[in-house]
Amino acid sequence: MKKSKMQILKNGILNENPTFRLLLGMCPTLAVTTAAMNGLGMGLSTTVVLIGSNVVISALRKVIPDAIRIPAFIVIIASFVTIVQMILEAYVPSLYAALGMYIPLIVVNCIILGRAEAFAYTNTPGDSFFDGLGMGLGFTLALTLLASIREIIGAGTFFGISLFGSGYEPALLVIMPAGGFVVFGLLLGLINMLTNKYEAKAKAEGDKLAEEVK
Amino acid sequence: MDENTRLIVSSSPHVRDTRTTSKIMLDVIIAMIPAAIVAICVFGIQALLVLIYCVASAVLTEYVIEKILKKPVTISDLSAVVTGMLLAFNLPYSAPWWMCVVGGVFAIGVVKQAFGGLGANFMNPALAARAFLLACWPTRMTGTAFIPDGITTATPLGIIKEGLDASMLPSMMDMFLGVNGVFGAIGEISALALLIGGIYLICRKVISWRIPVTYLATVFVLELCFGAGFSGALYQIFAGGLMLGAFFMATDYVSSPNTVLGQFIFAFGCGLITVIIRQFGGYPEGVSYSILLMNVAAPLIQRYTAPRVYGIQKQKKESEA
Repeated sequence: MKKSKMQILKNGILNENPTFRLLLGMCPTLAVTTAAMNGLGMGLSTTVVLIGSNVVISALRKVIPDAIRIPAFIVIIASFVTIVQMILEAYVPSLYAALGMYIPLIVVNCIILGRAEAFAYTNTPGDSFFDGLGMGLGFTLALTLLASIREIIGAGTFFGISLFGSGYEPALLVIMPAGGFVVFGLLLGLINMLTNKYEAKAKAEGDKLAEEVK
Repeated sequence: MDENTRLIVSSSPHVRDTRTTSKIMLDVIIAMIPAAIVAICVFGIQALLVLIYCVASAVLTEYVIEKILKKPVTISDLSAVVTGMLLAFNLPYSAPWWMCVVGGVFAIGVVKQAFGGLGANFMNPALAARAFLLACWPTRMTGTAFIPDGITTATPLGIIKEGLDASMLPSMMDMFLGVNGVFGAIGEISALALLIGGIYLICRKVISWRIPVTYLATVFVLELCFGAGFSGALYQIFAGGLMLGAFFMATDYVSSPNTVLGQFIFAFGCGLITVIIRQFGGYPEGVSYSILLMNVAAPLIQRYTAPRVYGIQKQKKESEA
């Protein structure tokens, strides 16, 4: 069954959300989500790289020999990362400074290589574009959500805007690395719980429908 | 015994005991009362308030989470009360109410219930919450947060760590009794009160002597090795949270090994890490981190010290066969 463009897009954001469903790209997920702005910036940078590499790899999929496809993917991905890095450095130097080392590390983000291998290499450039967009947006949403929670609790701000006034004493641990694991674990547990509930409900409705058909 | 109950065919366990979780927990609570009384005498009503906030938030969190998850509500087994009391014992008297509540919620909600409730927590909930609070609000959990009188400037271990004037240190007897300016977290000031509680627990067979005695002995011997001298080493045993940790927290059933050899290894590890942190670490006190680290190592210790199962021989190496 061939999926429509919208299904491919939705697949990346919800059903196979790279962070919450596939658990890919944990390194940037935990490391840069100390402030909502960093999470959003990292997510969007990755999205741009992902769309670019997906489209180009898909367009070249008949030319790239099977045996050396991984080096070929990496070269393409690295080119896009370099472009993004230079653009960030030129136009948003503050974000560039905040993300630091993690921008060049987008090259080895397993979401990007994973989508190249699992999707772009076997699909058309059009579909690959939407897959990259969906996966990228899913990643961006997840990172922004995680970063917002951590910033609100750990610093008392949201996108740099103070929320609770000066009486609030931020819980420092939450924006430290250990806090990243704790918040991410709790968020993952919550999402799994909601998903299970939703699926159980959907299944119950499906069964009911099947009963009625009988 | 009634005729009908004498012949019961059932699966194991066959040896039963009248002890229940709530009875054991009640014994632990009784054992903590002397230290609680000392705390209230020294710090006044504020210490009592911290105790109440911590216990209330721990019990309430347990209740609410079990209600939400539709699990049987187990607050009557008193384990949440013990966790709340231990948490309060680890906090400074000046802890604000919201910090107690965050600690109680973290201890029960994250460390205990998220991992499956009583018997499934991978580390001591009260200590994990203490470590969480210390990392979140360091200024409220260190230094002068423990000192109510304004004359002394640091806890005894803090004075030793900072290399301040040794004449500021309380005498050995004061340290043992927990009077005359011996300050610290609520439950750790009086070594004597904790010792009474600990001995009560050992007499009631709630805990075995192995972990506390090995723990204290390890600290004592290692301090001697590091040149603290006899009185200095004894001082280290009375200071800080060592008594509290050795009797009440390292002995937690769930997060310590239950084999005999395993308990010795576990307690030795706790003592070793405590001394290393006190001597070389950044913090003046290392009891809580040492127990937490050994909690994480407990499953491994348990595996390597598991007794041979009856009837099973050690497998010979393939190459020898």
